[in-house]
Amino acid sequence: MNPNKATKTESPSSLEPPTGFWLFLYRANKGVRTSTPYLMFFGIALWLVTYYLFNEGWKLPLFNKIPGPVEVITEWISRDPIFGMSLFTEAYHTNIYVSCQRILIAFSIATSVGVPLGLFMGWSKTFRDYTFPILETLRPIPILAWVPLAIIMFSGFETPIIFLATLASLFVTTLNTLLGVDSIDESYFRAAGCLGSKPRHVFWHVVLPGAMPFIFTGLQISVGVAWFSLVAAEMISGDFGLGYMIMDSYMQNKYVTMVMAMITLGFVGWLTSAMVRFAGDRMMQWRVRALALEGR
Amino acid sequence: MDKPTSVTRDSAPASVHINRVSKAYGEEWERQQVLEDLNLEISPGQLTAIVGPSGCGKSTIVNLVAGFEKPDSGTITMNGEAITGPGIDRMVVFQETALLPWLTTYRNVVFGPKLRGDMDPRELEAEANRIIDTVGLSEFKDKYPLQLSGGMQRRAELARAMINHPLLMIMDEPFRGLDAMTRELMQEFYLHLFEESRRTNMFVTSEIEEAIFLADQVVVLSNRPATVREIIEIKLERPRNFEMLSTSEAYDYKRQAMEILHEEALKSFKRTGGQDDFLDAYAKRAE
Repeated sequence: MNPNKATKTESPSSLEPPTGFWLFLYRANKGVRTSTPYLMFFGIALWLVTYYLFNEGWKLPLFNKIPGPVEVITEWISRDPIFGMSLFTEAYHTNIYVSCQRILIAFSIATSVGVPLGLFMGWSKTFRDYTFPILETLRPIPILAWVPLAIIMFSGFETPIIFLATLASLFVTTLNTLLGVDSIDESYFRAAGCLGSKPRHVFWHVVLPGAMPFIFTGLQISVGVAWFSLVAAEMISGDFGLGYMIMDSYMQNKYVTMVMAMITLGFVGWLTSAMVRFAGDRMMQWRVRALALEGR
Repeated sequence: MDKPTSVTRDSAPASVHINRVSKAYGEEWERQQVLEDLNLEISPGQLTAIVGPSGCGKSTIVNLVAGFEKPDSGTITMNGEAITGPGIDRMVVFQETALLPWLTTYRNVVFGPKLRGDMDPRELEAEANRIIDTVGLSEFKDKYPLQLSGGMQRRAELARAMINHPLLMIMDEPFRGLDAMTRELMQEFYLHLFEESRRTNMFVTSEIEEAIFLADQVVVLSNRPATVREIIEIKLERPRNFEMLSTSEAYDYKRQAMEILHEEALKSFKRTGGQDDFLDAYAKRAE
């Protein structure tokens, strides 16, 4: 079944692995010979055609009031958009830029606080006993319930929005990191103890790398959650951003722009989780290579 | 834990005394006595194999001698000093591999000395390369553990233990889970290492043949709570080879051990309860 399996235990291949551009070419070449790109393309096309048929083709009642794909795409690539926003207008870019910047700030704060917090909670029983009840009480409060509080506490548009996105993302990151530490096999701690590690060595060389797979799973979820709460916050109190763009165009009956913002949000969200995944793969070569041997 | 290696290195092989050690697990109302008044001596420079029915507390002995756990009563001493925690004078090779998966083979091997900083970096590098070469993993030193086969992982783990020059090697069913061929090769390889170094070794296993092939004495444990049922001195010559296992001498050892283990296994079945149907079926077959 899997040709790679046979090479697993034998001596390493004498072929030099390609690097840089050649590696890219190799992967691209290998990629087009699998069904993946074609299926992806087909999937998107199928979705667009269905959307078109329901909406502009058969004019189903449910889809009557929303703009169709042709209308949206035409507006999107128009140099002179009817509703004032397209790929070629500054306002569109500003909205994307503002949202991305907020996500970057919120995600960075949440990660740099959440990961250490989770690691310490997993590592030190005492610290966990202190902090776990607080985490578990605050975590189930829906992020929308924090909106009034955020508006009361912080002034302006920017801070409350970032606060909300950070908060949502922080809980996810902390909890996943904590679970990551819990998931580490006891024998690694024992081996490290045997080899003369002090607690700080255990923290840096066992706890941190051992929790890494869970941390990155958590970060992928957390960046998604950050987008979710960011858009919610922007809808309620905002001046710019994709969430604001959706709400604003809805209020002004610019439904084409609204759909455009939604799809943009989807793409940008996908891109950010892909970036997190990429970073994770770079940092966990030990795992990537093992999975590659299993053909994944 | 913080003892400097320079003292322990190249000193005489260790002897371990387990003196009236008891250990129980579980809540008060369902306490399971795993060890009770266990006395055991591991002689210096010898390979002592510990065999016993499964679940009899072999791993508990490992955990106690390694210092991961403390006995409820009794003492364990190595060279006369009480064992209070894990230390680099005792290295454990674990049942399932405990190589750190995020470090390459080389980095796993140098892990201990590098953290402790008790070896000159250049000396360490040379020593690590030599040991990795000894276990035949030179080509794989930059591979991660998950990229290695089971046998390679065990050898890497042996290397990681050996570089610390422990006084005692504790092997906790190290070859379990390997396929038969790899297992035999690993036994032979491990035997060579032992016969060269003559380091004190404690080898826990559930395979009698493995124990007889490797050990100077085989300690047969009773059922839970574990006590020593029998100590069989294995007088096969060293260096050993697999042919010795088919001599009548080896056969006698094996039969002796088997008989005891068989008795103990039956006792264990009777005690666990709920096994009556199996014991009936077994008795019918035996008639």
